[in-house]
Amino acid sequence: MIRHGSRRWLIAALVAAFAVSWFSTRFNQYYLGIAIDVGINIILAVSLNLINGHTGQFSLGHAGFMAVGGFTAAKLTLLYGESLYPFSLIVGGIMAALAGLLVGIPSLRCKGDYLAIVTLGFGEIIRVIFQNSQFFGAATGLTGIAKLTTFFWAWGIAAVTIYVIAGLVNSTYGRGFLCVHDDEVAASAMGINPLRYKVTAFVIGAFFAGIAGALYAHHKRVLQPDGFNFIKSIDIVVMVILGGMGRTAGVVVAAIILTLLPEVLRSFASYRMIIYSLLIIGLMMGRPQGLFVWPIFKKNAKN
Amino acid sequence: MEWFVQQLINGLALGSIYALIALGYTMVYGILRFINFAHSDVLMLGAFAAYFVAPPVTHLFPPQSYAGALAVLLLSAVICAIIGMLIEFLAYRPLRRRPRLTVLITAIGVSLFIEYTCQHEKVFGAQLKPFPKLLAEQNFHPAGLSINGNDVVVVVVTALLLAGLWYLVQKTRMGLAMRAVSFNEKAAALMGVNINRVISFTFGLGSALAAVAGVFYAMRAQGIEPLMGIKPGLYAFIAAVLGGIGNLPGAALGGLALGLIETFAGGIPALSNYRDGIAFAILIFILLFKPSGLLGKTQVEKV
Amino acid sequence: MKKQFFANHWCSLLLLSSTIVFSGCDKPSAPSGGSAAGGASADPIKVGEFASLTGKEATFGQSSHEGTQQAIDELNAAGGVLGRKFELIVEDDLSKAGEPATIVNKLIARDNVVAVLGEVASSRSMEAAPICQQNKIPMISPSSTNPKVTETGDFIFRVCFIDPFQGTVMANFATKTLKAKNVAVFTDVKSDYSKGLAKYFKEGFTAAGGKIATELDFNGGDKDFKAQLTAIKSSNPDGIFVPGYYTDVALICIQAKQLGLSVPIFGGDGWESDQLVKIGQDAVEGTYFSTHYAPDVATQKSKDFVAAYQKKWNGKSPDAMAALGYDSAMILAQAMKTANSTDGQKVRDALAATKNFEGVTGNTTINEKRDATKSAVILQVKDGKFHYVETVNP
Repeated sequence: MIRHGSRRWLIAALVAAFAVSWFSTRFNQYYLGIAIDVGINIILAVSLNLINGHTGQFSLGHAGFMAVGGFTAAKLTLLYGESLYPFSLIVGGIMAALAGLLVGIPSLRCKGDYLAIVTLGFGEIIRVIFQNSQFFGAATGLTGIAKLTTFFWAWGIAAVTIYVIAGLVNSTYGRGFLCVHDDEVAASAMGINPLRYKVTAFVIGAFFAGIAGALYAHHKRVLQPDGFNFIKSIDIVVMVILGGMGRTAGVVVAAIILTLLPEVLRSFASYRMIIYSLLIIGLMMGRPQGLFVWPIFKKNAKN
Repeated sequence: MEWFVQQLINGLALGSIYALIALGYTMVYGILRFINFAHSDVLMLGAFAAYFVAPPVTHLFPPQSYAGALAVLLLSAVICAIIGMLIEFLAYRPLRRRPRLTVLITAIGVSLFIEYTCQHEKVFGAQLKPFPKLLAEQNFHPAGLSINGNDVVVVVVTALLLAGLWYLVQKTRMGLAMRAVSFNEKAAALMGVNINRVISFTFGLGSALAAVAGVFYAMRAQGIEPLMGIKPGLYAFIAAVLGGIGNLPGAALGGLALGLIETFAGGIPALSNYRDGIAFAILIFILLFKPSGLLGKTQVEKV
Repeated sequence: MKKQFFANHWCSLLLLSSTIVFSGCDKPSAPSGGSAAGGASADPIKVGEFASLTGKEATFGQSSHEGTQQAIDELNAAGGVLGRKFELIVEDDLSKAGEPATIVNKLIARDNVVAVLGEVASSRSMEAAPICQQNKIPMISPSSTNPKVTETGDFIFRVCFIDPFQGTVMANFATKTLKAKNVAVFTDVKSDYSKGLAKYFKEGFTAAGGKIATELDFNGGDKDFKAQLTAIKSSNPDGIFVPGYYTDVALICIQAKQLGLSVPIFGGDGWESDQLVKIGQDAVEGTYFSTHYAPDVATQKSKDFVAAYQKKWNGKSPDAMAALGYDSAMILAQAMKTANSTDGQKVRDALAATKNFEGVTGNTTINEKRDATKSAVILQVKDGKFHYVETVNP
């Protein structure tokens, strides 16, 4: 019953994204560009939320997965033509998932802040490797990537991401993520293998981050390794925490707000980022559980 | 051989600075269990405090004398201690009973706020500023080496500070209170320890150490700008984790280790462009075998 | 059941509704481009600029912006062009990848600018270039030296020389004037400007019979270079080529001196700033670098520029980025005058035909690749001042 209903919403969202995309040539390209940014950031935030929120790990390396997906996909379409775009998205995602598997393994041993630093380290290592790889254009990165990411792709995949991750966490299997989050020892006593869940979370989270990276590459048309430093990872972490760890809906809204906020603040010119940082502090003081955690949602997200 | 000894000296001086910063991270972590992201900016403020304090102070003392340098160092340490306590009082104290990730994001917000404010042209501006020469340039040349007098000062003062800190934590009433709060905050409060005072003091102490590190860093580099704290801050954070976060000797050891790794990796032509990556790779490798850092306690999972 | 289903999947609903909100606010987009030709003569000419005013490369972005602003103010004081004044719309890209694309979209689609100026960093110029090309809006980069920038398309120009030229100039200088045979190269691994210069320098220098003693890298913004400099020292070079920006170079020179490295250090136009001497002091004495013009043999135009700039920006001396930012705006204004229009295509044609433009950075001609061809000069730091050594023609 539930599955059936949620699939209906997914289809509705896809159709809506497609419809909007159909008319997108008539839209102001500035707003359209930001709308695509928002879609990509939703994918990033929701996928990180699976690792950081639902499963309770603390990853600071999401930008690294994004870079793997972005560079792989961009190189594919640059080498073999634009028709490969949908395929490149998936390959980008798979490569990122492999990286996620690699990063997930230390998570078997490290916890909390140690895991945070290990993932941060992996993210930085990925960046340094791209920065020194001639194949991926070294410090210059890749240029001349075709503009293929449309509103439909960004928001359609965002809808799929939400559908898959929310569906996964709400499934019987997915309850295991929440168990690992709440109490690992109790989870293993109940016959849930925390290690498998943790690695699964990393692999799935990384897969969607990779796709987001691929979308990003074909949206901005230029990729440079320096754009994927740990500050980018922190941007995504802020979205997840501000949205309320483990609350998919809250995280989506936080991703939207945090992408639009700097644009709205443009009129403040040189005071813009100062105001932005003050707003983050203020939001955390005002709504410490996350922006959009009201009792009703809490019940339903945790179920 | 000559090359090796020379790099050893460079690495020790850099490592000492990292150790001083890492101590601040680790002390705050030991008591409040969160990573104070704004610590790297306090380091930068320390360097700027010295930049502004140095010209008037050097009027009172003979130019480039040890007494003058010491006065500058002390003054910027005091200024930063006050700034550190203020940050704690204004931004972190209201969130004391809140989830620690909330505090983490607030810390990121504070860090962004300090950076963007200081980069504003009406504050410091983004320009690199020449750091005043606090001490005369003395180079010793034993056996073809070139030992910079400032590096010796850095290492010696760090060693003294470490000894002083050890005494403070182990032998004084305040140190006892700090250890008590770090061990069990509630029990300490019941025993009559003034928690607020201890936390304030810890922030002040950590920030003062960061200020000293900032001045040393600026003395070695000879130039300061508002984002100068990010890199040493990140490295010191890694160092604190490497040594076992919350563990004071661990932070000092981690700092030295990281300084040496960075220097040796940076000094080998084929490796110098992978320098950041190598530091992280070694860190991950160590954490795989010692998941709670070099000197960290392995926590037993309680059921 | 129904209720729970709604609660579970309201996020999809949310997505849906925000999609609709977005499509709602997108619709009233003004047709772009048309306003330029048909606007009343009193309307200002809107020119967009994107620069790294904050973030890690803020110091260069601010310089470049100040130069551009200066040019626009001077143009407006003289009555503008075509009887219309300029309005410079400046956006900060935070020195962050991903931002320039958004900003240039905004400048073109929302502010309806007729031309775009920027950036210093080649990587960020390359992000903006395809958008300007697609919208047929001329873009002039003041100081992005990577050859790829203008390869994007025929609407993309630059007013500085490119890496291959400058790298070769310094290679010739090292072999002929310095008589160096064994040079160490110290590159900023994060900057494609630095990597590009290093590459062409190495090619030129080895072709001329020189040997590269060793190659080391740093990260732009680092403050500690002693590890690499120690390695350079142990390779016994007779010169060090440091293609980088003055902020790093000044500190590198100081630390090289502390380590007892006394061979000549030389680099490119990123060095040019009086900050180099202010920070580096005696450590930068005797170093060489190539740049666009020499202050001590400067034209009246560049002397006036320096004086006006110092007056406007509280005594700050202009660096190469500021001078190029100034020239980029001036060349644009001249092209509009020649084209007698602000129409993108016409301005582009006029820009492409720019010949012997007398700017503060020297005599600029735009070649068929839309790059500036101009002569480079080599300067030496002597007694805290830049002294002219030689001129190299393209």
